[in-house]
Amino acid sequence: MSEKHKHVADNHSKKPPKSTKANDSNNGTNAADAPAPAEDTASAVSLDTAGGAMGPSAVPVSAMSGTLPGGPDTLLRRIFTGSGMVSLLAVLLALILGGLLIASTDKQVGATATYFFARPTDFLLAVWNAATRSYVALFQGSVFNPRGNTAAAQFAPFMETLTIATPLITAGLGVALAFRAGLFNIGAQGQIIMAGILAAWAGFALHLPLGLHLLLVLVAGIIGGAIWGGLVGYLKARTGAHEVILTIMFNYIALYFLRYLLNTPAFQRPGETNPISPILDPTAVYPQIFGTQYRLHLGFVLAIAATVLVWWLLNRSTIGFEFRAVGANPKAALTAGINVPRATILVMALAGALAGMSGVAQVAGTEKVLTDGVAATYGFDAITVALLGRSTPWGTFAAGLLFGAFRAGAVQMQIQTGTPIDIVLVVQSLIVLFIAAPPLVRAVFGLNPRRKKTATAGKSTTAATTGGAA
Amino acid sequence: MKNSLRATVKRGSMVGVATAGAAALLLTACGAPPEAGGPTATASDYSGCIVSDSGGFDDQSFNQSSYEGLKKAEADLGIKVNQVESKTNNDFEPNLNAMVTAGCDLTLTVGFLLGDATKKIATANPDSHFAIIDFNYAPAISNVKPIIYDTAQAAFMAGYLAAGTTKTGTVATFGGIKIPTVTIFMDGYADGVKYYNEQKGKDVKVLGWDKAAQDGSFTGDFEKQDKGKQLTQNFLDQGADIVMPVAGPVGKGAGAALKEAKAAGKDVKLIWVDSDGFRTAPDYKDIMLTSVMKQMGDAVETVVKEDKEGTFSNAPYVGTLANNGVQLAPFHDLESAVPAELKSELEQIKKDIVDGKLKVESTASPKV
Repeated sequence: MSEKHKHVADNHSKKPPKSTKANDSNNGTNAADAPAPAEDTASAVSLDTAGGAMGPSAVPVSAMSGTLPGGPDTLLRRIFTGSGMVSLLAVLLALILGGLLIASTDKQVGATATYFFARPTDFLLAVWNAATRSYVALFQGSVFNPRGNTAAAQFAPFMETLTIATPLITAGLGVALAFRAGLFNIGAQGQIIMAGILAAWAGFALHLPLGLHLLLVLVAGIIGGAIWGGLVGYLKARTGAHEVILTIMFNYIALYFLRYLLNTPAFQRPGETNPISPILDPTAVYPQIFGTQYRLHLGFVLAIAATVLVWWLLNRSTIGFEFRAVGANPKAALTAGINVPRATILVMALAGALAGMSGVAQVAGTEKVLTDGVAATYGFDAITVALLGRSTPWGTFAAGLLFGAFRAGAVQMQIQTGTPIDIVLVVQSLIVLFIAAPPLVRAVFGLNPRRKKTATAGKSTTAATTGGAA
Repeated sequence: MKNSLRATVKRGSMVGVATAGAAALLLTACGAPPEAGGPTATASDYSGCIVSDSGGFDDQSFNQSSYEGLKKAEADLGIKVNQVESKTNNDFEPNLNAMVTAGCDLTLTVGFLLGDATKKIATANPDSHFAIIDFNYAPAISNVKPIIYDTAQAAFMAGYLAAGTTKTGTVATFGGIKIPTVTIFMDGYADGVKYYNEQKGKDVKVLGWDKAAQDGSFTGDFEKQDKGKQLTQNFLDQGADIVMPVAGPVGKGAGAALKEAKAAGKDVKLIWVDSDGFRTAPDYKDIMLTSVMKQMGDAVETVVKEDKEGTFSNAPYVGTLANNGVQLAPFHDLESAVPAELKSELEQIKKDIVDGKLKVESTASPKV
């Protein structure tokens, strides 16, 4: 038990009932609306579990306090903690709606619709064909292509999915980590760009031996992202400026700074005036893991490592505990003796460092050059990925893979079936929409009554637990 | 009782409807619907493919022109067409790979951003042919044909025309993003004005571009039309009466500002770029002096045709005034605004440029 935790716990037992909520919602064992007499026990339990044995967000929405002060906090938490079943249904619903959308853009469907009353089967078959053909193409483009000549070619789509998922995972982790500390970090885009600038410069301007060069590129990128994120944390902690405004503006600053740099000779290829940097040295790029036929690079392994690291940080470390406490209720955390400004700066710097890894994955992994499109839309997709993963490290990892699969499969969808890429993006957006609005999905599938039941059940069990503990 | 009766009746009627429907279906099944011949009825097995940059095929700029050229080839030559839009720079390589896998004979890529990806995929697939718009390789690649334009030549004529037509003695231009394919228009335009001043001893000023410093006014992207409007408003306030926006759809912002000025009684004119704005931006017909055209569609069709006939070469296609790859569009409705003398001078300039007597130079000009 660390010094910090004891301190928190001590403070706790002396506090009036309200302040326990910070801990309660964090370690997830106690009812937020526990009766006052159970107070001391509740903090004792929190003392036992604060080490991190408990999953961070295992508490169902309904069991969380609905009376917590600070509206946005509870709303955010409600979004992040929908049940896994609802996520699955949301994907299903989005696929069905997406299928209909795909069908509506299909020529054959349009043709058969004109004689619908004469022979509706044609129309229905066309709808079915259009939707299934697209999804089959999506699958073949993202997981397994049975038409490949060799086993290597058959698995190429899956490798592509992992490649595209790499920057999404790390940037998503950055966003998720900040979410957990109660910060709405939409600055991943700018953090990726700043990391990209530094990493790319280290990659093409310096010429170092193998190994050392890549290491420097990686460190430069991570530091670039960490500074860009940490600055936001610093400004928020010192001045109280809202992180949403700060991160949006920092995104703009990073993007236009990059555009400026690309118009300076230092960042252009010798003899050319196009805004595109020289290609990074071969010593500065990630090695390809499974040979040159796939684009999959070492960055993916680092993304897995980052996921483990974030999981450990959030669930096993003192600092992660502080982050979660600050996220649950900064005032309570402050009262409990947590250095909130320090936690804010640190979590934003870490988030920036993670996003910075995405920047490195871009310039040293797939692109190998710096252009003003270096961050693509990963910084914004990362928010979606973090939401979809419900702000847990492995959830974010899985959501990143899903998004990577969508992106990779979109190419085959376009080529094999002529489905516009925009439709693919519409389907993705629909998934997010449904994830972010669990009541909507529950309503569609008629699950609302059960929700009420679990709500009451949750209450009674938590009451029982607390009672038992008392 | 009553309910169940009604239900029975209802069910009965449903059955009736269903029967009738089935009967109708049987009756019309062999008649009305057309038997689809299927889209496989193309005349040729040759497939031409295109990969856009992140602008997409509806960018009202080079992606669109190239795509239309390929579509024209599809209609004229009976080839198959495959297309993929890139949403981000990350999509280039996978998209190109997919095109090669799909068996494309010629894959067209659009813009310098695709330069590296095209080079990589082309080198890895030496049997496939590629063509790239607006980009040239310093050591040529054996299976990539660059399609590039010496746009400064036509823009020079536009500059001369603007200088000869202005009433206020001030003309203007602005760009979307400072890249060579944009600044080459502005270089030519500024030089055309300069040439007019030298020939006529006048002092027509150019706002928005300084050729010597290679710097000027840009909106920052090819999307935000209001910025184009704002910039144009500034130029008008500084006395300009002819504006050439080199910014794709942002040019419409300039058009809007000029239309307002015209409604307020000012005599203002617009010079469009890339395509003939009289056709592609008909809202501004009445102020459209001319357009500096890059005939990308024609070039694309020619390259596809050559490749189909087996005469593919990797020698760059350079659009010039000589081969009509770049052109000044007709004056259309503003024919009367251009004096006959000026028209003949323009003809002479065109002839001199084609003959090489008059050199139009830009740092962005294709080096061949």
